[in-house]
Amino acid sequence: MATTRVLEWLGRLYIWLLLAFLYLPIIIMALMSFNVSPFYQLPFEWTTEWYASLWQNDQLIAATWNSVEIAVITTIVCTVLGSAASLALYRYEFRGKKFLQALLFPPIAIPWLITGTAMLIFFFGVGIGRGLHAILLGHVALALPYVIVVVSARLQTFAPELEEAARSLGANQWQVTWRVTLPWIMPGVIAGGLFAFAVSFDQFVVSYFLATPGQTTLPVEIYAAIRKGFTPEINAVSTIIIVVSMALMLLTARFFKFGGEK
Amino acid sequence: MAGVQVSNVSRSFGAHKALDDVSIDFADGGFYALLGPSGSGKTTLLRQIAGFDFPDSGRIAIGGESVERVPVEKRRIGMVFQNYALFPNMSVADNVAFGLSVRGEAKAVIAAEVQAALDLVQLGKLGGRRPHQLSGGQRQRVALARAIVTKPRVLLLDEPLGALDKALRVDMQIELKRIQREIGITTIFVTHDQEEALTMSDRIGILRDGRLVQEGPPEEIYDRPKSEFAATFLGDANIFRGDSTGNGIRLADGTAIAAGAGATLAAGAKASCAVRPERIRIATDAGVSNATDTNVLKGQVSKRIFAGNNSTYFVDRAGQTLKVIVQNTGIERLSEGQDVVLRWSPESTVLIAAS
Repeated sequence: MATTRVLEWLGRLYIWLLLAFLYLPIIIMALMSFNVSPFYQLPFEWTTEWYASLWQNDQLIAATWNSVEIAVITTIVCTVLGSAASLALYRYEFRGKKFLQALLFPPIAIPWLITGTAMLIFFFGVGIGRGLHAILLGHVALALPYVIVVVSARLQTFAPELEEAARSLGANQWQVTWRVTLPWIMPGVIAGGLFAFAVSFDQFVVSYFLATPGQTTLPVEIYAAIRKGFTPEINAVSTIIIVVSMALMLLTARFFKFGGEK
Repeated sequence: MAGVQVSNVSRSFGAHKALDDVSIDFADGGFYALLGPSGSGKTTLLRQIAGFDFPDSGRIAIGGESVERVPVEKRRIGMVFQNYALFPNMSVADNVAFGLSVRGEAKAVIAAEVQAALDLVQLGKLGGRRPHQLSGGQRQRVALARAIVTKPRVLLLDEPLGALDKALRVDMQIELKRIQREIGITTIFVTHDQEEALTMSDRIGILRDGRLVQEGPPEEIYDRPKSEFAATFLGDANIFRGDSTGNGIRLADGTAIAAGAGATLAAGAKASCAVRPERIRIATDAGVSNATDTNVLKGQVSKRIFAGNNSTYFVDRAGQTLKVIVQNTGIERLSEGQDVVLRWSPESTVLIAAS
């Protein structure tokens, strides 16, 4: 009895500590983005001054828009290409299919630092060079495997008789795909898309390697700003990103739950 | 509406011959059951007729038109799948509308046709439901409505009642038959359930190891099986094996069994006789005899199974166990261990060439 209660108590403590370590730094940073003192001094005094000055920081805003643009394009390209690839892997048997599927996983496991270096050398070698276009190309390559893995997992729950039923009713390949298969895998496609967005939007290492000094993404810009000297504007922009990211992740969680339903 | 002709169709998967030179003529408007154990090729044959798979050789014609290389979406067939395969993302009405919608029919036409089809399967009020909100029997009806709303030339059913419980299955058998009669569509029905095949179809084709074993009306196959397999797969049968005497067989112990039906065989050839368990009369004494029941065997009851309206007796006779089914018209029963006499007529005995 006593042991059980101690274990239960330890379990609760563990949960609270875990949550504290995960979220306390973020909450403090968010609070400090509303604090007058730029040096984390207390007592807390409310201000939106840092958000106002963030608005004046053209470099940070430009970097933010670059990030959003690249993440959105990456998401669109990866969901379309990734879903199409998943469907092809699901429907057709061809030589080297197993090998191709196995090749999807290393890019997820290889450290981004190594991928980034490799991309930099390769892009330099073939004349693609650096810049936003190179970052976009890199992000698409990084995010595509995630989409294929997530959509393929969803396709594993698809009943192939549904496609056969649709064909027996006179539907051609396009109609089968659009009206029967896609609606079924949609939760997977959306979850994969959110993954792609997150991979791109949070990407620092690969972007850092492929960015040019004038044109960069938000994480790289924040890193550069911190090296020059910390300003509470970083807290402000980070808070905004956290709110947006959390909203996206909650959506993902929702769709994953939806994906589990029959 | 149209008949279906399958001529010399063969299909192999690797070294496995799933269909071996099968020919069947499915008459226009008929209800045809393809019966066989699992792996007999019945589903493979249905998939060739549907167009999901193409034969290696042979010809398939629907309404006289060769279709063996036409893909399923262009064959104008209706199909009901074993697990219904209703589209989970669509309402019942949208499921039924699918076939008309992909053909680009006008919305008003679709709505009217869908309602008519749902009314036909007695689900007129459930159009707004989702498939997961329906019972098994209702899903079955939706699948049927979806398959027939496009006015296909032939309706194909792949073990459609397999997933339903016994009582519901009997209801659906009657219902399916009613709908089939009402629209008069050529129907090909795959099943491994012999009772279903017997009660529903005009004709039955029995398949085994990719070959058509026997084909004909249910009564004919039941009364005149042409092989031991047909005799024992469709219904129950007592099989006696011996040497042909021309109009029956002689068992190893010299006992003669007269057969009034079946194959014509030269005397001396290896042959079998099949007798249905309900055709045999069982009694305790040798005295009373019916003039026509000239086949007489003595045995001993080894087991009795009481099933309410009938009893099944297992009778041991010279190392063979025979099965006799008796309607319980009175209260007299035979007990296990009792010596009995079995009698039946040659007309109930089918002579079969040894396979």
